[in-house]
Amino acid sequence: MSLLSLREVTFRYREGATVLKGVSAEVDGPQVIAMIGPNGAGKSTLLDLIAGQKAPEAGSCDVMGRSAHAMPRAELCRMVAHVPQQVPADVPFTVEEVVLTGRIPYGRGLYENTEDYAAMEDAIARTRLEAFRRRRFASLSGGEKQRVLLAAALCQQSPILLLDEPGAHLDPQNQSQLWELLGELRTSGHLVIAVTHHLALAAQNADRIWLLENGRLAADGPPCEALRPSRLEEVFRVPFHWHQNEQGRVFLTYGQ
Amino acid sequence: MASNDLRGRARWVLALSLVGAAVTVAICPFLGGSGLDYANVLRREAPDWAILVNLRVPRTLLAFLAGAALSGGGALFQAIMRDALATPSNLGVSAGAALGAVTVIAFSSGGDTRFPLVWIAALMGAGLVIAVVKALGRSMRFSTSTLLLTGIAVNGICAALVLLLHSLAGITKSFQITHWLMGGIDAVEYAVLILLSAVIVPVCFWLLRMSRVLNVISYGETWAEGRGIDCRRITMRGFVAGAVLVGTTTAVTGPISFVGLIVPHLLRRLVGPDYRLLMPASILGGGAFLIICDTISRTVLAPVEIPVGVTTALLGGPFLVWLLWSR
Repeated sequence: MSLLSLREVTFRYREGATVLKGVSAEVDGPQVIAMIGPNGAGKSTLLDLIAGQKAPEAGSCDVMGRSAHAMPRAELCRMVAHVPQQVPADVPFTVEEVVLTGRIPYGRGLYENTEDYAAMEDAIARTRLEAFRRRRFASLSGGEKQRVLLAAALCQQSPILLLDEPGAHLDPQNQSQLWELLGELRTSGHLVIAVTHHLALAAQNADRIWLLENGRLAADGPPCEALRPSRLEEVFRVPFHWHQNEQGRVFLTYGQ
Repeated sequence: MASNDLRGRARWVLALSLVGAAVTVAICPFLGGSGLDYANVLRREAPDWAILVNLRVPRTLLAFLAGAALSGGGALFQAIMRDALATPSNLGVSAGAALGAVTVIAFSSGGDTRFPLVWIAALMGAGLVIAVVKALGRSMRFSTSTLLLTGIAVNGICAALVLLLHSLAGITKSFQITHWLMGGIDAVEYAVLILLSAVIVPVCFWLLRMSRVLNVISYGETWAEGRGIDCRRITMRGFVAGAVLVGTTTAVTGPISFVGLIVPHLLRRLVGPDYRLLMPASILGGGAFLIICDTISRTVLAPVEIPVGVTTALLGGPFLVWLLWSR
């Protein structure tokens, strides 16, 4: 049974155009998948479907053999942690409290238990948020907020992590630390699916690329196959330059 | 460690709120326009003992229950609407309840405007508003602005219908309606109090149990759903709970404004945004607040009594303005 199985997933917003048109993919083990594609290609919608927040109009989206949308939410959230692009900026809680929301799927008791606090400590350490732990979430910068949300998802301890542009507001140092962390997560058995527009970082760090174009999976494979400049130029309509070193790592730049 | 922090603070907040509420309940019955003769009270002799037991104590308990329900309902609506200004009133729930109650008062034969009938009508009115909201929610996403705009519309419609009923009703009925619409805490029979608490207390305990989930709702639907919460279900249950609290209270006391707004807001500044602290404080604090307002209402201009709705509105109106300016 595969970890994640998408079969001909089709989705359309009410009174809108079809956003996903028969996306199929199988994911069997821990890996880092970078989902790329132009704006409006359906990337966030696909994450929402895997997170069970939307139901496919046709086709199926199964997590460990069970339909994501049909599963009880708490149960699904123990398997899948979804980090949206943003949450309301005025959330009045502290960083620790935000991170602890990741423990909700494990119990509806009124207070967190020692296990919950241990998970929080671990998540804060892995995202290097010690200095911010008592700060109010609303007072943080965009990049810090993203790290806090990622920490909350880690605190959820689910094997599948869905990240919607986790690096959008990060500076180069945090950006590279983020991808390093995603690599560590793969090593510790996680499946990470990250939507990103940082093609160069995706090329260097991801195990697998999902290239979404206009609701279809235009390419699915390792960076050296999926990120061919000819293909990318068709999809993104800018010139790409590609270089692969002796170790097989791909370096990608774009523009004139 | 943080875990003990929160539990410790929760204990303190609960203890202080309980003490505050208990002190208010214990002291306020003894304050009043016509001074009690304490010697008579101690000897359990008329008329003072009777005034205390049959008038002042039930009135205080009614104020406590109504205040707790309105304030807890206000905190609940602020949580599920993710809006600091959300209350049962500006969602139209209070207006629906009022319309139900006024309909019964206007059309019931004779002077029978007693509790059970008005109660059922008020609940139906509140329930009707919830049904409208639910129908809207099925056709579109629950967005705060949609709901608040719906609330404004529902409020307007209900207020117009109340006016219509009012103008159609005869002099006697019209007076009853006016009196009821002013909102007031009257001495009620103990049976009514028992019935009220049988409804309000369990719902309040449900609110306390939901407080951790209510925290997560304030992060928005996407985040909450990603933490395993079925937002739509919780929101609907919240609306039903709010309708029960507000409908029940309104049936007995008439519309009392601003309690659901002021109390949770003041307490939010004192205990913070965590509903595990804010909810118990709001419930107990709301009860105490309405007792105090009622005591003011019946003492300041004694022997004339000001309707308690006037006192809460005069305290709450300026507070609302200040809140809007400082936000």
